[in-house]
Amino acid sequence: MTSASINSGGRVFAVALALAGWFVKFVAVVLVIATFNFILVHAAPGDPAQVIAGQSGASDEKLLAQLRAEYGLDKPYPIQLANYLKRVVTLDLGYSYRQQRTVASLILERLPATLLLTATAFTLALLSGIILGTLAGVRAGKWSDTLLTIVSLLLYATPVFWLGLMLVLLFSVQLDWLPAFGYVTIGVPMTTLQRMGDIGMHLILPAVSLAAVYLAIYTRLMRSSVLDVTHQDFIKTAKAKGLKQGRIIIRHILRNAMLPIVTVAGMQAGALVGGAVVIETVFAWPGLGRLIYDALLQRDYPVLLGVFLVMSVIVIALNLLTDAIYRVIDPRVSVRAAS
Amino acid sequence: MNRREFAKLMGVSAVALSGIPLGITRAAGQTKGGTLNTIIQPEPPILVTALNQQQPTLTLGGKIYESLLRYSTDLKPMPGIAQSWEVSPDGLTYTFKLFPGITFHDGKPLTSEDVAFSMTKMLPETHARARAIYSRIDKAETPDPLTVIFKMKAPFAPFLTALDCTTGPIVPKHIYDGSDYRKNPANAQAIGSGPFKLKEWVKGSHVHLVRHEGYYRKDEPYLDEVIYRIIPDAASRSLALEQGKIQLTQWNDIEFYDVARLSKLPNYEMTTKGYEYFAPHQWLELNNRVKPMDDKRFRQAIAHALDLKSMAQRVYFGMPKIATGPVSSKTRFYEKDVKRYDYSIEKAKALLDEMGLKPGPDGKRVTLKYLIPPYGEVYQRAGEFIRQTLGRVGIDIQLENTDVGGWAEKFSNWDYEMTGNLVYQYGDPALGVSRTYISSNIKKGILFSNTAGYSNPEVDRLFDEAASATDDAKRQELYSKVQKILVEDVPVVWMFEAAYPTFIDKRLKNVTSTGVGVHESFSSVSFG
Repeated sequence: MTSASINSGGRVFAVALALAGWFVKFVAVVLVIATFNFILVHAAPGDPAQVIAGQSGASDEKLLAQLRAEYGLDKPYPIQLANYLKRVVTLDLGYSYRQQRTVASLILERLPATLLLTATAFTLALLSGIILGTLAGVRAGKWSDTLLTIVSLLLYATPVFWLGLMLVLLFSVQLDWLPAFGYVTIGVPMTTLQRMGDIGMHLILPAVSLAAVYLAIYTRLMRSSVLDVTHQDFIKTAKAKGLKQGRIIIRHILRNAMLPIVTVAGMQAGALVGGAVVIETVFAWPGLGRLIYDALLQRDYPVLLGVFLVMSVIVIALNLLTDAIYRVIDPRVSVRAAS
Repeated sequence: MNRREFAKLMGVSAVALSGIPLGITRAAGQTKGGTLNTIIQPEPPILVTALNQQQPTLTLGGKIYESLLRYSTDLKPMPGIAQSWEVSPDGLTYTFKLFPGITFHDGKPLTSEDVAFSMTKMLPETHARARAIYSRIDKAETPDPLTVIFKMKAPFAPFLTALDCTTGPIVPKHIYDGSDYRKNPANAQAIGSGPFKLKEWVKGSHVHLVRHEGYYRKDEPYLDEVIYRIIPDAASRSLALEQGKIQLTQWNDIEFYDVARLSKLPNYEMTTKGYEYFAPHQWLELNNRVKPMDDKRFRQAIAHALDLKSMAQRVYFGMPKIATGPVSSKTRFYEKDVKRYDYSIEKAKALLDEMGLKPGPDGKRVTLKYLIPPYGEVYQRAGEFIRQTLGRVGIDIQLENTDVGGWAEKFSNWDYEMTGNLVYQYGDPALGVSRTYISSNIKKGILFSNTAGYSNPEVDRLFDEAASATDDAKRQELYSKVQKILVEDVPVVWMFEAAYPTFIDKRLKNVTSTGVGVHESFSSVSFG
């Protein structure tokens, strides 16, 4: 069926139907994930009361009982789960008794730092990966291709925390160009512009470290994809038509070679939100990754569940976005075919 | 090119990058002003020490909340917010006179009412360790705003050693009385009477404290600000020290393997002083319920088989002192004249043979599991060392890993065979030592109780008598006796008086001048 056979009213209806379908799926997936998260989180041995006792050097029955009652852990699991799902449906992320804050406020406080870091790293990795991969693919077999391949393999094999520390040693300790950790200089009055610049300087090292691994993946992927497309008939046709090399690369090769990149990038964009734990730790970046890690060690269930939920929603949303981008890049994918 | 020039090149204004101005002015005696940058890790959940007693909370909260007394490095009481005190001859009445003019951070005065409320109402409700001590107070009287009198139910000699800022932080009655303590909205503000008050806490980044202008001690505090930075990665913390971004580290901030390297830095002094009040005592915990650890000879064999001297060198880089028994040499009533277990593979093997625990064809006599305490890399190394050294006498150790939640759950429920433990002594055996050995403290599910399950009626009696005796000579006699019995029985194998490297910027004065060290208020700390 071609899009020409559908009249415009039918098309609006098809889109609305698709959206409704998406929404139902979305809610169902979120609820399943929430239940699964709950079971997983409570399967770990120990509870927040024991962790607090373990880090306080003293404990007694009353303390444990007080803490458990406060955290709602004195109720049976099914009731705890039901209470939790009720909150999820009403979009209430809960309250962290440990930190005496609502989970929503804890997440909102950390989200900007993480998004700034991961969005920067992601953009950096994606853009340079596409450019470098295309260059390598077009010059396949030449020395510049070999060099790019070696560098991207090295980057891919480098542990991200090690790379981060090495960059700090070079750019902070040896050269003293960039700050080693934190996200902003503390205790100095600054104008908004100065503050933005200051945050920008703090952002460079963690963003570059985080981007490095992904950059390597995109470069490799883009290279093989470009190679693949280059040998297809329509490229030969374009060449035969006498089109210029630059135009062929941009209009014909790139657009077609992008599809696998979009797939992988869509999957990794979700991982980037949670995958920044290591970089956030090395660079003392106050983001969501560390909030998760700390909450896990402290068995701060409401925070843990809240962050998991927000992350799953982000991942689902990014998947939908990926679908949409497919449609823009590749007209063969229609709304109906995807739904 | 330096950072400022690089920033200019990048088009970023260098003002923000010029570093933190110290703003020090010289006054008579100690220098006034300046910002102390240091580390806090892991990040505390809240700062109210009356409600949470995790170590980072106490380190930071010590600047915000003060208590009646402070303690010298040899654990003699010194004035805190109480300028003088008296104990009645029968050991039942304690009278404290407060300094005049003490105010909370919200400007309200601190009076004897706040002291009585904190110690007899709020802390016994919210603070497990304080509850065990202050619940012995029968009633508190406040004849005038500067006098508080505690009448005890029975004599309890260590009371005067249990009034430090980690045990007895004084909270404002006008904020907490009648409220649900843990849910009080004022908890976020952490209103105390200490020399520093909370200005800003950016979660995941830093806690910013500034001087409390209404502080009652003349000229104090000397510092303008204290900034606690949250730096979760050990390598990054060492780097921050090397770069001079921070002027002080404490507890586990610096890993042992970095100490030798960082000690060479010219701008810092490294000390292990300032932990005398806590005197963290480290031992190998043996579940006395599990065979063959129920046999005294087996535990003695382990004490002989552990090569502590070489462990101190290789795992802890020569920092800790080897422990001789249940009481730390820094704690009161320490007895050094006890049986010694020298490192001897022969003696260990002889004891095991005597028990009839012969090695099998593979050389193994018994296999036991060691649950590695989840408190950092060094515990992993210690576990590996223990496995190697006990392997030499045929005790096969299997290492198990877990995190704090898992460790606490298993350990407290006696679901372990061996593990490491580290317990604070709080200056007096009745406060921090007896709890590990007395039968009445064998409590399932409770950490830092008598988890090993050791039980000896004579030991129970001696600890009990010593806690209520009011005469120090009598107490010494009882504690010496009980230490000798315990060392003979080896309920756990004591390893080290744990030492922590505190790196202090050489310009800083008075950082570790008391037995509470880095937990202290820092009111007398200054740059030069």
